[in-house]
Amino acid sequence: MAGLEDLLKEYLPVLIFFGIAGGLAVVAVGASYIVARQKPDPEKVSAYECGFEAFTDSRGKFDVRFYLVAILFIIFDLEVAFLFPWAVALGDIGMLGFWSMMAFLGILTVGFIYEWKKGALEWE
Amino acid sequence: MIVATLCFYLFAGVAIVSGLMVVTARNPVHAVLFLILTFFNAAGLFVLLGAEFLAMALVVVYVGAVAVLFLFVVMMLDVNFQELRAGAARYMSVGALVGLALLAELALVLGGMTLGGVEVSGGALPTPPADQVHNTRALGQIIYTDLFVLFQIAGLILLVAMIGAIVLTLRSRPGVRKQKIADQLARTPEQAVEVVKVPLGGGAQ
Repeated sequence: MAGLEDLLKEYLPVLIFFGIAGGLAVVAVGASYIVARQKPDPEKVSAYECGFEAFTDSRGKFDVRFYLVAILFIIFDLEVAFLFPWAVALGDIGMLGFWSMMAFLGILTVGFIYEWKKGALEWE
Repeated sequence: MIVATLCFYLFAGVAIVSGLMVVTARNPVHAVLFLILTFFNAAGLFVLLGAEFLAMALVVVYVGAVAVLFLFVVMMLDVNFQELRAGAARYMSVGALVGLALLAELALVLGGMTLGGVEVSGGALPTPPADQVHNTRALGQIIYTDLFVLFQIAGLILLVAMIGAIVLTLRSRPGVRKQKIADQLARTPEQAVEVVKVPLGGGAQ
């Protein structure tokens, strides 16, 4: 367990940062809630400046191409996630490990060429 | 280590509460946002377990990509959620069945049982101690060599997902004027400009 304890000690600054960030957010919102005078009236709480009342329900349909871009992004995101442990352990896994990743990248490159040629990356 | 214990209870508690909120929130967009909060807390739990790579992958892949996709789906589906909720009682039995199946899978993994002579828990590959080998490195040492076939299958599944998404959603619309850079660059002054002799007093053409 000593190793785990050392590892968690490295994360202590992250924890402190989260504490400060959360505390600051609470102070900023809470103080303005407590200190400021609150006298809301319909004109004050209505949308102002660039905002206006919503015309329709916000659950409108939008183009499926956004979805396509997101799903293609996920696939390459996963590919990159696989690259990290490979890069770290490349010294230990020898030629098989190297070529296994090359085959993996090759498979995904086939898909990438397909999507490029299909024009899935173009927005029109 | 008391801090770690407190952090565990914080992460676990928030994860459970936000997980409950995912299934009970009235607004589906709020449900997805609670799902993101659950992912973050699960990442915190992974860090506490010493699984740093999994924690970061969870944040990058699930929070960064999958949750965005869920948001897209929720926002794109033009369904009346009030109507949908009214029919929820009918699907309760199917949902309970799926939940039971997931619970059984969890029990198999945690209990280290064998299913039909095949070991289904991860007992075959013990985790190396954290002070000897780094978590990401320990993963890298087995994914690409010991689990070669599974790794390539993962690649093929990603390929299928990519091609499937393109086949299902890509449709080229007619009548859209695209910019064709090659055509633009290939144009010469002879093609583009016409010199017309204009007679005196008469217009061009």
